[in-house]
Amino acid sequence: MTFDKFLALSQTAMELGLINSLTVLSLFLSYSMLNVCDLSTDGCFTLGAAAGALVAIAGQPWLSLPAAMLAGALSGLVTALLQTRMGIQSLLAGIVVNTALYSVNMALTGNKATLSMNKVPTVFSMARDALKSTPFSSVSTLLVALFFVLLVGAFLCLFLKTRLGLAVRATGSNADMVRSSSINPAFTTTVGLCISNSFTALSGCLMAQQQKSFDINMGSGMVTVALASLLIGGVFFGKHRPIPLRVLGVVLGAFLFRLVYALALRLDMPAFMLKAVSSIIVILAISGPYLHSQLPVMRQHMRAARERRRDGC
Amino acid sequence: MLMLQNVRKVFHPGTADEKVALDHIDLHVQEGDFVSIIGANGAGKSTLFNAICGNFTLDSGSVRLAGREISALPPHVRSRDIGRLFQDPMRGSAPDMSIEENLALAAGSGKWMHRINARDRAAFRERLSLLGMGLEDRMRAPVGLLSGGQRQALTLLMATYHVPRVLLLDEHTAALDPGTAEKVLNLTREIVENNHITCLMITHNMQSALDLGNRTLMMNSGRIILDVSGRERQGLTVRDLTERFRELSGSALNNDRMLLGMT
Repeated sequence: MTFDKFLALSQTAMELGLINSLTVLSLFLSYSMLNVCDLSTDGCFTLGAAAGALVAIAGQPWLSLPAAMLAGALSGLVTALLQTRMGIQSLLAGIVVNTALYSVNMALTGNKATLSMNKVPTVFSMARDALKSTPFSSVSTLLVALFFVLLVGAFLCLFLKTRLGLAVRATGSNADMVRSSSINPAFTTTVGLCISNSFTALSGCLMAQQQKSFDINMGSGMVTVALASLLIGGVFFGKHRPIPLRVLGVVLGAFLFRLVYALALRLDMPAFMLKAVSSIIVILAISGPYLHSQLPVMRQHMRAARERRRDGC
Repeated sequence: MLMLQNVRKVFHPGTADEKVALDHIDLHVQEGDFVSIIGANGAGKSTLFNAICGNFTLDSGSVRLAGREISALPPHVRSRDIGRLFQDPMRGSAPDMSIEENLALAAGSGKWMHRINARDRAAFRERLSLLGMGLEDRMRAPVGLLSGGQRQALTLLMATYHVPRVLLLDEHTAALDPGTAEKVLNLTREIVENNHITCLMITHNMQSALDLGNRTLMMNSGRIILDVSGRERQGLTVRDLTERFRELSGSALNNDRMLLGMT
């Protein structure tokens, strides 16, 4: 592979990585902070893409972003109400909403599984036109994606230090303590899920516009891919690091995941392997520390077995 | 100040596990009282605190705090007036957040978008220095790195940051080593006295039940079987208490930790 090719490859990886990192930042809020594994992520990503595509096709590419975020926040609100007010376990609440979102998304697109944005302006095509005669024209997509990641990252850094943000973090860490601070954990969970789902939807909206097409299945497996990126990001900057560094780590994780995936494709790994790879990463990242802690036990078993053999009984 | 009237709670009613956890409790705690509570395992001491904090709905009866009926309010609303410490030092603070972030939540300066500023830090520093544990120099350290005693002292500070109407202490020094336990107990006494906080304390240490405060309750099978204060309480010894228990409950004390504390 020539250096030029590698550059082109890493630029695409960076674009997709940045757009995906918005979903990873969303999980950073719900999974790492709120301690809720939000399984409605897949459907919400598609919801953002559908809502955004519809508004963009109607001729309002910029308006598509807040529209997608609003749709995502609504979906998060439903997931949150199911688990805080109706006694449905958080995993199940996510799955139920995720399933229902398929119908919602199909209804939104008028029973079409795909939408094309080839002939309409998107935020990316508008940015490319605006930067046409500047040296940045070749990286306009990257700049747009970077802009939104910076925006969301900065928001998270600021928000998580406010009283509300602290309460959201404490809800995932010790809900009893939130109650004794006279704050209702049901409220903080709801706020957290609304915000995180709006980021997921924004991510889906940008992804559809970057690809110039919407597909009803574009979000499937997203939660595992994002979780894998999140866990890779945790390797750079772990739990006890300051929030801004952790946010940076999350974005790096998303980029790295995309880069490794792009390289694997170059080495003739079929594209359909992406999801298996992300599953394996999640499995390794979560089971790794556990298996490591089990090592002394296994060693002890082996030593005992050896001694039994030696003693001949 | 705190008034419980005819409070009753049955767990698992109508099953083989049915248990009358609180059996028509009547209790009136005066403002400024420091009440120590002792009793056998499963006597209903912590359940009494749960009833006051609103962790379950009562089968019957009412809880009034400062003249206001609170038995229909959810726990997070009651916690404005009620501070509570548990035996487990981990329960009162969020381990992944720093000392100042935990304090900021307890201090709760009202506005949701408020961020910790220099003035908050100065206030936290001053309060933390009262604990005499050097925590004021580690305000950005995650609480998860603190020892059990330090965490319990921090929880005490958080629970009393805004002086509560009632402070509930549920064996809050029982999980600490003897030296640390004494330190935390002294801090508790200091903070309670300086702020004139009405306080209920569950303890398995009968000596400190008699030493601390001005009133002692003994519970058994969901009822308050002994309630002594004033002159009657002054001459009381640990031996008297165990005798009274045998008399009143018709059985020997079965709280092993309580017995271990006896000499």
